[in-house]
Amino acid sequence: MGRLIRILALVSAGVLGLSACGTSTSSGKIGGTVHILGTWTGTEKDSFDAVMKPFTDQTGVKISFEATRDLDAILQTKIAAGNPPDVTGAPGVGTLIKLARAGKLVALDDKLDVSQLNANYGADWINLGKIDNKLYTLYAWAALKGLIWYDPKAFQAKGYQVPKTWDELIALQNKIKSDGGKPWCVALESKAASGWPGSDWHKEIVLSQSGTTVYDNWWQGKQKWTSPEIKQAWTTWGQILGSADSNVYGGKQYMVSTTFGDGGQGLFTSPPKCYMFNQGSFITSFFDAYTPKPTAGTDYAVFPLPDVNTANAGAHVVAGDAFVITKDTPQARALLKYLATAEAQDIWVKRGGGKIAINKQVSLSDYPDAISKSLAQVVVDTKIARYDAGDLMPSDMQAAYWAAVLKFVTDQSKLDAILAELDKTQATAYASP
Amino acid sequence: MDAMTPLTVTLPMLDVDWETLVSVNLPTLLFVIVGVPLALVGYIVGLDVLVRRLPKRSQPSVRPWVWVAPAIFFVGLILVYPMVGTVVRSFFDRRGDAFVGLGNFVRLLTDHGVLIVLRNNLLWLLLYPGLVLLFGLLLAVLSDRVKFEKPVKSLIFMPMAISFVAMAIIWQFVYYYKDPSEPQTGILNAVVVNIFHGLPITWIQDTRFNNFALIFIGVWGATGFAMVILSAALKGIPAELLEAARVDGANERTIFRRIILPLMMPTIVVVGTTMVIFALKAFDVVYVMTAGNYNTDILARRMYAELYSAGNYANASALAVILLLAVVPVLIFNLRQFRAVEARR
Amino acid sequence: MSVATAAPPATPPARSKAARTRWSQRLSANVSSAGLNVAVLALTLAWIVPTLGLLINSFRPGGAFNTSGWWTALAPPFNFTLDSYRAVLGASDLAPSFFNSFMITIPATIIPTAVAAFAAYAFSWMRFWGRDWIFLALVGLLAVPLQVTFIPLLTLAVHMGLTSGNNFFGLNAGFLAVWIAHTGYGLPFAIYLLANFFRVLPQDLFESAEIDGAGPVTVFFRLVLPLSVPAIASLVIFQFLWVWNDLLVALIYVGGTPEVAPLTVTLTNLVGGLGQHIEYLTAAAFVSMVVPLIVFFALRRYFVRGILAGSVKG
Repeated sequence: MGRLIRILALVSAGVLGLSACGTSTSSGKIGGTVHILGTWTGTEKDSFDAVMKPFTDQTGVKISFEATRDLDAILQTKIAAGNPPDVTGAPGVGTLIKLARAGKLVALDDKLDVSQLNANYGADWINLGKIDNKLYTLYAWAALKGLIWYDPKAFQAKGYQVPKTWDELIALQNKIKSDGGKPWCVALESKAASGWPGSDWHKEIVLSQSGTTVYDNWWQGKQKWTSPEIKQAWTTWGQILGSADSNVYGGKQYMVSTTFGDGGQGLFTSPPKCYMFNQGSFITSFFDAYTPKPTAGTDYAVFPLPDVNTANAGAHVVAGDAFVITKDTPQARALLKYLATAEAQDIWVKRGGGKIAINKQVSLSDYPDAISKSLAQVVVDTKIARYDAGDLMPSDMQAAYWAAVLKFVTDQSKLDAILAELDKTQATAYASP
Repeated sequence: MDAMTPLTVTLPMLDVDWETLVSVNLPTLLFVIVGVPLALVGYIVGLDVLVRRLPKRSQPSVRPWVWVAPAIFFVGLILVYPMVGTVVRSFFDRRGDAFVGLGNFVRLLTDHGVLIVLRNNLLWLLLYPGLVLLFGLLLAVLSDRVKFEKPVKSLIFMPMAISFVAMAIIWQFVYYYKDPSEPQTGILNAVVVNIFHGLPITWIQDTRFNNFALIFIGVWGATGFAMVILSAALKGIPAELLEAARVDGANERTIFRRIILPLMMPTIVVVGTTMVIFALKAFDVVYVMTAGNYNTDILARRMYAELYSAGNYANASALAVILLLAVVPVLIFNLRQFRAVEARR
Repeated sequence: MSVATAAPPATPPARSKAARTRWSQRLSANVSSAGLNVAVLALTLAWIVPTLGLLINSFRPGGAFNTSGWWTALAPPFNFTLDSYRAVLGASDLAPSFFNSFMITIPATIIPTAVAAFAAYAFSWMRFWGRDWIFLALVGLLAVPLQVTFIPLLTLAVHMGLTSGNNFFGLNAGFLAVWIAHTGYGLPFAIYLLANFFRVLPQDLFESAEIDGAGPVTVFFRLVLPLSVPAIASLVIFQFLWVWNDLLVALIYVGGTPEVAPLTVTLTNLVGGLGQHIEYLTAAAFVSMVVPLIVFFALRRYFVRGILAGSVKG
């Protein structure tokens, strides 16, 4: 399947590249307004505004932005009622896939300059935007998942080394335990989305342990939850957590009740409540709100989760907002073209917040600090990149996944029943309505 | 307050181009302030003039419809029209093209998850209206007799003014759990740990407590509502009536049981009915606090998930119909109640 | 809260001093009165604890509420800040969204209240075919989950051009759509509440008015409305609050772009998508509470005994 997509991508890119040359560039003033529906609020909205400013200056297109936390509900309602926004930026793709199959999204193959896109984007990122072999979604930035945050001073004090392999990680974990410490902080509470940080653990292990074929089949609903590979990832995570969650500070009660953004607090206490914390690159924006505020580099540093299986070395799960055209207007096309440029992504990257550029023209020197630069380097070095499986699943499958995490950490012995339940959801979730 | 810096905000309030804002919205604004009340009064006065031109005999049969017509129009458009589609949809399959009879209902009512949902709704149904009525009545009646009635009522009313987005954070300050080795930041666990020397409890996650914890959030929010209505009814009881009873030598408890309670009964039924229906369609608290995890899911949240996450209109419609059917017993009770009031006239 | 405490305590005009003395005597004077005061105070105190926690945390530095309980802030060393309020009041779209909230809320309160009053009057004092059943059906519609109405109604609104940005005889059409929607959503409860209050008005009032030759319009405006002021005031408060605090209905029908977004949308958007700076919500809650509380205080004076008293004698 993957190979097929790749071949088709090459073919279509070749064909469309010719036709795309003729379309207008974004240099001319278009005017008008583009209506965007997204989820960015707070500082993310400020960054978005900053990214949009040059676009408005260049094209004269005004931005009319609408943010909602209930994107699935609002987007589906607006589309069903015949009142879609022009452009939608969504953190999850599950709903977008359904909408694309129902013919509610605009295919981008002849709307964007695909040859330029091929030149600037890694093939994985373009393929990621394809639904049934047509390009629908465009990614403008990435966040890296499966990152282990730690306090280098605490590591130094105890003589701990950053683990390079999975075995070293397990050895370190055992050493911390025998020294009387807790290896991990895990925080799963996130209001309506509670459980997702645990799903990040699990999906990272699936990708690294069983490789891309299993991973792709799994999020596409073709690999059962009860299959040995998916189950093995759960038990591997269970070993990290330890029997009765003994490797985790505060045990299951702390895990389910602590807000994920506060999960890192335990790293910075004296003595540390825990030594390692797994979270995506955006967690730094939460670290910044801690009192006292920890400093990047001296108070915290980061290493990628070591490969579980060296056969899949350098595999990483990434995430990022997917942009789609929900109503075809010249302004919407111009906006998507602009979002793919290095110019736009450069602004995003410079403003921090753990965002990493996808356009290869964005230079490493543009990242604001050493940590974000090292993360960008990880992305460059990543041999196998896969988008967050949960965000690719239909949203009810994703919700069941998150709920399963909460059930699993509460009682690991119920794994088989939990997986059987997930299989039941899988059987219905992928059917188009 | 030494660390407090003066509030020097660049108030964007002042930078706003009010002139444009107002001129752009002026027609709408005029419509709002003048047009809406004028149209409403004009409608009723104007149509009554027309009704008076009818033959005297047919006036009584036409006039009521003039008065209820606007309500029937709005409710018909906004609630009945979508609901008819929903009821029809509940008998069709997921794609909406095959009639499945009661298939959706049978499937849902045998689903383990839905059974937990129904159990939780039953719990809400038993506790929420009862507690809201109890506290509301208590506060309405008792505060009527203390000097500081107004501040008390204002304070009890305040939760009503809090949006449900803020609700989640407020209750985090009450229910939050911290590891026993750390100071508790939730007041309830602080009391448990520091006063009762117990272990902190994960109120929202622990399935022994969480449904009660969530229901109490609802009760907290709705008590002000019940209190205001019940208090309005209490104030409506003619003072002469109470005084006459006192002159006759009745004690306060008798007055409450024989005069106040019967006179307030219709209002208690209204508040009770409203609360029963609110308990059935409760959504916000669970949606914000747990998203239905940890065995706390309820009908309306499940319906929302079926509608927007699963895109399963058949299930969502069937759940909405179950919700509507559950109200029928309450309605029958109401019918009896207001026929009784009618008879007493 | 200074407004509340400064207001004189309610002294019901119709309740005589004699009655009050008798009541006190019967319950062995001060003991029970003290008990009553204590009971009311205790209940009130328990009720405001969550809000008090919110208030205190809204003056604490961001992140502080995660590390220590709000009550610890009440002991020295004090560390209060206005940062959260500064962020909320500094939000760029705050002023227009206040304006929009009024634009949405005022008509969405007036229309359903008036329409409900008309209908409630007919349901309680006129006889017509199917009256009780129509009334029951209306109450039953209170149970309709709003979410099922969104798609069919928005489709209708789009077909009729009632979406934000469109002009409808000089009106912003999006606002019109949300007024109509809120009217429909609010009517079942409004009619139910008002009919209950109208129904118990004394019958002789209507009879004597009829003898004087007053028509139903006169009776409604001169008798029914003035006599039901407490009920109407409470309905106005609830409808106002529901609409003012609503987020979802506004997002569906008017949308969340700054030109039309109400206060709830703007304030919710202050917090990051993943919950960064959630402390802003503490201050935002109080900023957004100001207007509903003003409405409550303004209407509070109608909740007094004796509005009915004078008229019953006649």
